[in-house]
Amino acid sequence: MFTFENVYKIMNLGSAVESMPKIRLDKLIKRYGAVQVLHGIDLEMDEDEFTVLVGPSGCGKSTTLRMIAGLESVSDGEIYINDKPVSHLEPKDRGLAMVFQDYALYPHMDVARNISFALRLQKRPKAEIDAKVREVAATVGLSEFLHRKPGALSGGQRQRVAMARALAKDSDIFLFDEPLSNLDAKLRGQMRAELGVMRQNVHKNMIYVTHDQIEAMTLADRIVVMHGGYIQQQGKPEELFKRPANKFVAGFLGSPPMNFLDAELKSDGDQLFAAGDGFKLAVPSELAATLGETAGAVTLGIRPSDLNYDPDAADDVALDLRVTVSEYIGAQSVLMCACGGASVTVELKSETPIALGETLRFAVRPEGIHLFDRKTEKAL
Amino acid sequence: MNSQTFNKLTPYMFMAPAVIIMAIALLYPLGYMVYGSFRDWDPSQSISETEFVGFKNYITLFFDPAFRESLSVTLIFAFTVVIAEMVIGVGLALLLDRNIRGMSVLRTLFILPMMIAPVVVGLMWRYMYHPTVGTFNRTLKSWGFEGVDWLGQHALLSVIIADIWQWTPFIFILALAALQSLPRSALEAARIDGATGWQQIIYIKLPLMMPVLIVTALLRLIDAFKVLEVILVMTEGGPGLSTEIVALRISRTATEFRELGTAAAMSNYLLILLLFFTLAMFAFTRLQEARAARLARQVQEEG
Repeated sequence: MFTFENVYKIMNLGSAVESMPKIRLDKLIKRYGAVQVLHGIDLEMDEDEFTVLVGPSGCGKSTTLRMIAGLESVSDGEIYINDKPVSHLEPKDRGLAMVFQDYALYPHMDVARNISFALRLQKRPKAEIDAKVREVAATVGLSEFLHRKPGALSGGQRQRVAMARALAKDSDIFLFDEPLSNLDAKLRGQMRAELGVMRQNVHKNMIYVTHDQIEAMTLADRIVVMHGGYIQQQGKPEELFKRPANKFVAGFLGSPPMNFLDAELKSDGDQLFAAGDGFKLAVPSELAATLGETAGAVTLGIRPSDLNYDPDAADDVALDLRVTVSEYIGAQSVLMCACGGASVTVELKSETPIALGETLRFAVRPEGIHLFDRKTEKAL
Repeated sequence: MNSQTFNKLTPYMFMAPAVIIMAIALLYPLGYMVYGSFRDWDPSQSISETEFVGFKNYITLFFDPAFRESLSVTLIFAFTVVIAEMVIGVGLALLLDRNIRGMSVLRTLFILPMMIAPVVVGLMWRYMYHPTVGTFNRTLKSWGFEGVDWLGQHALLSVIIADIWQWTPFIFILALAALQSLPRSALEAARIDGATGWQQIIYIKLPLMMPVLIVTALLRLIDAFKVLEVILVMTEGGPGLSTEIVALRISRTATEFRELGTAAAMSNYLLILLLFFTLAMFAFTRLQEARAARLARQVQEEG
C-alpha cells in the first residue's frame, strides 16, 4: 500500500546505506580541572541532517557544540568530520559556520561588512563578495539595511545578520548555539518558522543547540536529549515523544510535561494493573507482554494530552482527579489536580463547566501509559 | 519664600559647599595667575604694587627662542613618550590577555612602576644612568662596549626612556581592561570566520578598543605635558636646554629669574595647549555618545 510513511521509510533506509556519517563524536569527554562535564558522548550525524541537542541548562549541550566548533578543547575522545579527526584543528580550518546566542556581530562593521568578513579574509574578488552579500542579504530580507551598523538594528534584524553571515561562508556544517533565545516570544515563533523554511532550501549538516523543546521538536530530523553530561536518548522527534527511553526524556519533551505517579504492578487474573493512591489502571496487554517478570514498584507516566475528560469511563481506564488550580489560556485550560497525594496536570476545553474542588473523571488512552522502573528510571 | 521656589533651590543648596570649595581651590588661583600674567611682577612685590603691562609678557615669550626651544622639547617629549607607551602598553596587553598560571602576579609586577613616587623614579634612573657607577654603563663595559653618556649627550632620550618605563603600565592596564570587556563571542565568531591571531587584532580587537585607546592617549598626553619631577631630578633641564620642558622652565622663571608675570604667562600658554587637548577629548566622547544615541533612536523609531 502506498503511504507517505512508507516512502519516508524507504528514503531513509536508502540514504542510511549510501552516505557516510558526516560528523561523528567518539567518546567525547570534557573536563574543567577535576570536574568532568561530558562523560563520553558518542554521536553520529548523517549527511544533511538537522540535529538538535536539547537539554536543561548545564547538561553539556553547548559545550558539545563548542567542542565541535573548536572553541573548546577536547579533553578526551575525538571528533570526526567526513571521517577525518579534527580535534587538533583551529576553528577556521574545520569548514563550519556558527550562529551565536548573542549574535556575536562585529559592532564596528556595517551589515555588509559583517556578512562579508569571512570572504574578505579569504581575499575573494570584490565583485564576487558584493554579489554574495547581495544574494544572502536578499535571502534573509536585509537588503535595505546593508549599510547599518548592528547598533542600529532590532534584535530580529541582528539575528538575521548572524544567519546571513553564516550562510555567506558556504560552509558544509552549520552550528547554532541557542540562536533564538534572546528574542521575544512572538519573534521567536516567527524566526523558528523561517528557520524551518531555510532548512528546506539549504541542504547542509546543521547542529542546533537549544533548551526549548518546542524548537527541538519542530526543527529536528534527529533530537539528542542530554542531561548531566550524558546523552539520554536520540532519535526522530516522534520516536522520542512516543517512546521515551527514560523518565527524564519523558518529562523533558512535551508541554505541559508528563505526569508521574507512583504505582505498584499487580496481577489480577490475566490482567495486569498499575495501582496507586486512588487509582487502579489496567496495563494494556501489548505493554504487559513486554514487561516479563518485573518488580512491583514502578513510576506511571501519562501525558496531559492522553487524559480525556470522560465522566462515563470505566474504573480501570480512568483517573479521578480533584481540581485544585485552573489556568485559563484561551481555548484550553490547564488544570492542576490532585490524585491521591500526587499532582496531575490535565488539559480541558475551556467551555467545560468545572468548579475548583470538584472531582472529575479522566479516561487514559491505553497507548498513553508509560511505565518506568522506580530505581533506574528506565522505561519498561 | 513659598515652598515651590524653596524646592527649586534645594539642589543648588546641596551643591553650594562643593561649588564654594571649587571656586576657592581652583578658580581663585587660576584667576590670580591670569591676572598676574598681565603684570610685571617680582616676588618681592605684592600683586597690588605691580605694574600692568598688557600682553607684553606673552609677546616677549612668543619671540623668546629659549621658550620656543622649551616648547619644542616638551612637544617632542610628550608625543614620543605617548606614542611609545601606546605601542608597548597595548602590545603587552594583547600578549598578556590570556589565562596562564601566575598571570595575576605578572600583571601586578607590570603596574608597579606607576606606583612609585616620581621623585624616587628620577633618583633611581639618575643612579642607573650614572656614567661610571650606573648599572647601564657597568653592564655595557662588562660586555666590552663603550659606556654611553646617558644624561649628557642623550639626555632627552634618557628621560624619555624613564618616562616610558614609568607610564607604560598605565596604558597597559587600561588597554587590558578594554580587551577583557570586548564581546567574547565576536572574537569567537572571528575565529570561526577564519581570522588568524593577527587578523583578529587588526580587524576586531583594535577597532573595538579604539574609543578607550583614544581617551587613554589623550589623558597621557595631557599628563606628559605637565611632567616635572622626574626630569628635574634627573637632569634639571640640562645639559643646556636639551631637556628643559615647559613645566621646568616655568618653575625656574618663577624661582631663579624671579619673573612671576612671565611665569604666569607661560603657564597660560601651557594651559591653552592642555585645554585644547582636553576639549578634543570631551568632543570625542560626546561624539561617541551622540552616535550611540542616534543609533538607538533610529531603532526605536522603526519599532
